[in-house]
Amino acid sequence: MIHITTGPVQLSKKDFVTDQDVRWCPGCGDYAILSQIQKLLPTLGIAKENFAFVSGIGCSSRFPYYVDTYGMHTIHGRAPAIASGLKIARPDLSVWVVTGDGDALAIGGNHFIHVMRRNVDLKVILLNNQIYGLTKGQFSPTSEFGKKTKTTPLGSIDHPFSPVSLAIAAGATFAARTVDSDLEHMGGVLKQAALHKGTAFVEIYQNCVTFNDGAYDFLTDRDTRDDVQLRLEHGRPLVFGKARDKAIRFRDAVPEVVTLGQGGVTEADLPVHDAHAESSGTAFLLSLLAAPVFPVPMGVFRSVAAPTYEALDEELRASARARSGRGRLEQLLGSGTTWTIE
Amino acid sequence: MQTSHDTPAGAHVHRPVEELESVVIRFAGDSGDGMQLAGDEFSKAVASSGHDFATHPDYPSEIRAPVGTLFGVSGYQLQFSSHEVFTSGDAADVLVAMNPAALRVNLADVKYGGMVIVNTGAFTESNLVKAGYATSPLDDDSLAHYRVFPIDITAQTTNALRESGLSKKEVARCRNYFALGLMLWLYHRPLEDEIADIERKFAKAPELAAANVQALRAGYNYGDTTELFPVTYDVKPAPILPGVYRSVTGNQATALGFVAASELTGLRLFLGSYPITPASDILHTLAALRHFDVTTFQAEDEIAGICSAIGASFGGALGLTTTSGPGMALKTEAIGLAVMTELPLVIVNVQRGGPSTGLPTKIEQSDLLQAVFGRNGECPVPVIAARSPADCFDCALEAVRLATQYMTPVILLSDGGIANSSEPWRVPAVADLPELTVTFRTDPANYHVYDRNDRLARAWVRPGTPGMEHRIGGLEKDAVTGDLSGDPRNHQRMVELRAAKVAGIAHDLPPLAIHGSPSGDLLVVSWGSTWGAVAQAVERAVADGLAVGHVHLRHLNPFPSELGAVLRQYRQVLVPELNLGQLALLLRARYLVDVLQLDKVQGRPFKVSEIHDRIRELVR
Repeated sequence: MIHITTGPVQLSKKDFVTDQDVRWCPGCGDYAILSQIQKLLPTLGIAKENFAFVSGIGCSSRFPYYVDTYGMHTIHGRAPAIASGLKIARPDLSVWVVTGDGDALAIGGNHFIHVMRRNVDLKVILLNNQIYGLTKGQFSPTSEFGKKTKTTPLGSIDHPFSPVSLAIAAGATFAARTVDSDLEHMGGVLKQAALHKGTAFVEIYQNCVTFNDGAYDFLTDRDTRDDVQLRLEHGRPLVFGKARDKAIRFRDAVPEVVTLGQGGVTEADLPVHDAHAESSGTAFLLSLLAAPVFPVPMGVFRSVAAPTYEALDEELRASARARSGRGRLEQLLGSGTTWTIE
Repeated sequence: MQTSHDTPAGAHVHRPVEELESVVIRFAGDSGDGMQLAGDEFSKAVASSGHDFATHPDYPSEIRAPVGTLFGVSGYQLQFSSHEVFTSGDAADVLVAMNPAALRVNLADVKYGGMVIVNTGAFTESNLVKAGYATSPLDDDSLAHYRVFPIDITAQTTNALRESGLSKKEVARCRNYFALGLMLWLYHRPLEDEIADIERKFAKAPELAAANVQALRAGYNYGDTTELFPVTYDVKPAPILPGVYRSVTGNQATALGFVAASELTGLRLFLGSYPITPASDILHTLAALRHFDVTTFQAEDEIAGICSAIGASFGGALGLTTTSGPGMALKTEAIGLAVMTELPLVIVNVQRGGPSTGLPTKIEQSDLLQAVFGRNGECPVPVIAARSPADCFDCALEAVRLATQYMTPVILLSDGGIANSSEPWRVPAVADLPELTVTFRTDPANYHVYDRNDRLARAWVRPGTPGMEHRIGGLEKDAVTGDLSGDPRNHQRMVELRAAKVAGIAHDLPPLAIHGSPSGDLLVVSWGSTWGAVAQAVERAVADGLAVGHVHLRHLNPFPSELGAVLRQYRQVLVPELNLGQLALLLRARYLVDVLQLDKVQGRPFKVSEIHDRIRELVR
């Protein structure tokens, strides 16, 4: 249903840059994400006017103002619901949701899980900085336990949840994770999300320079990142480490870190990452891996084909028309038991 | 009227026929007794013979309350008449009580001297105890003021269905058709249409169809062959405008109105909704109409219901959300977004008793101030209200006209009374429906998001239109360019523009109709479903020779431009409302006119007599 531009119009990144001043803090991770998406859009073969960006409230939700296509900056937490209505009414559009950890997972948690289970063809990009930025520094649903913030001066007693786990558990057909500072990885993951038919969820670890600076340094530091990241690649074993000598293995669904060559472990013993597996079980187990005990999985956890909500809706409409014929108003108004007064 | 198989030859008892102008019947029983069905079917029978009628179903919020209890009683009242009917009637001429609880709950609404038909089979000791009777009211003089007809409907139905092979439980479910058959006989209504209807309704279970037909006939024949009833009654057809008629409930008419609006505008209808009593039937009806350009989306909550509709509107569809009071409370922030983004949208609130969960299945009009004011910020929204079941159709079209012509959300108020009540509706020809045209702007030359036409409405631009890419949202925008703006003067300008746009609708409304006296001692102002009782009460007052007028308001925000002048034509103004004076408050504030109130919040509609009595107190 996506409208493909066939004419000579070649779009470039600058076609998607608006004349608005970008008002994020200098050094904010959002800039890199905006730039990657502006770079990606012209490569998708979709006419500029056939995109729509929908956001809620928060720093990340200012996004639509900076992307030169159709956009709506809505209310807190509700972007998935608004975008769903838009996409169902207009399957010809490529509809993107840009949200944050508070927007998507706290006030909008309900819409988040339901959009995942319905598989509306939306690209849901969650900029996770583990803090409330726009309201100036309160803990969020992804802030770590014990975190000291303005509302938790003695440390947070809320347990965070993993957005990818939540998405997979709710039935997401595409779930991935990347980080703002790795442009190449982010670009690749976003491209796969854009090409997925159905709800594509991408969690982007995003650094908030003002209220939670360095939250992901442990993950992105050049010297250590290979030891703390597990790069998920479909069809490849779950190997990580600078020397590529460590791996993840599951025993009775319990993960463990093994070292190749130790205890008789060889690459042939390792599970291969299958993003297209019908069951979401392994993808969910992977989504639970967290530092410091385990490396943090980055990449596409899950990507499976399934009919989209709007395609099913269109099927229902078509079958209703096939059964009863295209509805005629005259007939509808006079339906049921009628009687004539002479 | 009767065919040979309806009445055993020779068993027919001849008796006099009394002609009546109007009859009010109330069917009452346990919530599982099928009384809503019996009432509904009876109203269809009188409708097809050319009577005017109005109904009022009254049922508990429990689906199947414990059998025999007072709170489990479900009732259905209908009035049919040889003249125009405005309400379901003040008091019942006939009560059909299927058990002691039904008798106890409903007896107070039966006229002195009225008929009380009781199912004696249900007057068991345990049912009497559950209904709070120490002794059976059939055995003492507590029913002395009524004409009591004791019939063992339970046993009669069981006997009639002895050969049916149905279980005891299934046989018990046929009792309502026995009662219906009896009433059809008493009021000279033929059985044929009802039999055809049963056969349609139970087409998939022919043994149930046969049993229900048998029970229906048994009830009919029981009346005809016993000498219990000394007279039967006939009500002549009403002088009704010629045409094709059908019966509609308010919720059905609302759904049909929006489909009509979709067909007339060529816009896809998108309903985002979350089930809630008493609004769900609109969603049910539209969900079955996907062969039209209709999509229904059962959202995860009330907020997603309205938000999905806003998204659809942004996409160029006709966005609709339906709810009742508590759901309305949840939708308020999103209504503000639709006001700010100036997108067309209709929000239907089928009001029920409040606050909070309140009385979910009962009638009330207490969400008027919520509709007019219930949002943060200066947030004007046009508000209209339907006055009767059939009027919901016209109001749906009017709501869409305002929403699309003025690029604004519109609130349409219905209520739990008219939502489930039915009345005859003259089926309109499509060619006679009001014109509804919507155009999307496609010309990018000099386009600005908040350019406005002479109605102060901005242009509707569908995403996908080349060269017109733009962003809208909940933050304040520049009055022309639509860019983010925190400029103080711009904000004042935008607040005033949004207010002026909605206020301007007052000049785009049909003239206000005054019934009764055009000036004089008293003007009675009604809104919503109080229309019927007020119209009839004022008619009576005028017949009494009093200088009383009646104005009904469909448009509650803004008010029609001539309303202030009309109010000043009368010495006094009375507003009967099913709340504590919400319209009265608005009229006083807007027009500085002293308004007298007649408030009722009992989960029941006004009786004509309550309003007529008040009029008589005020005008002597």
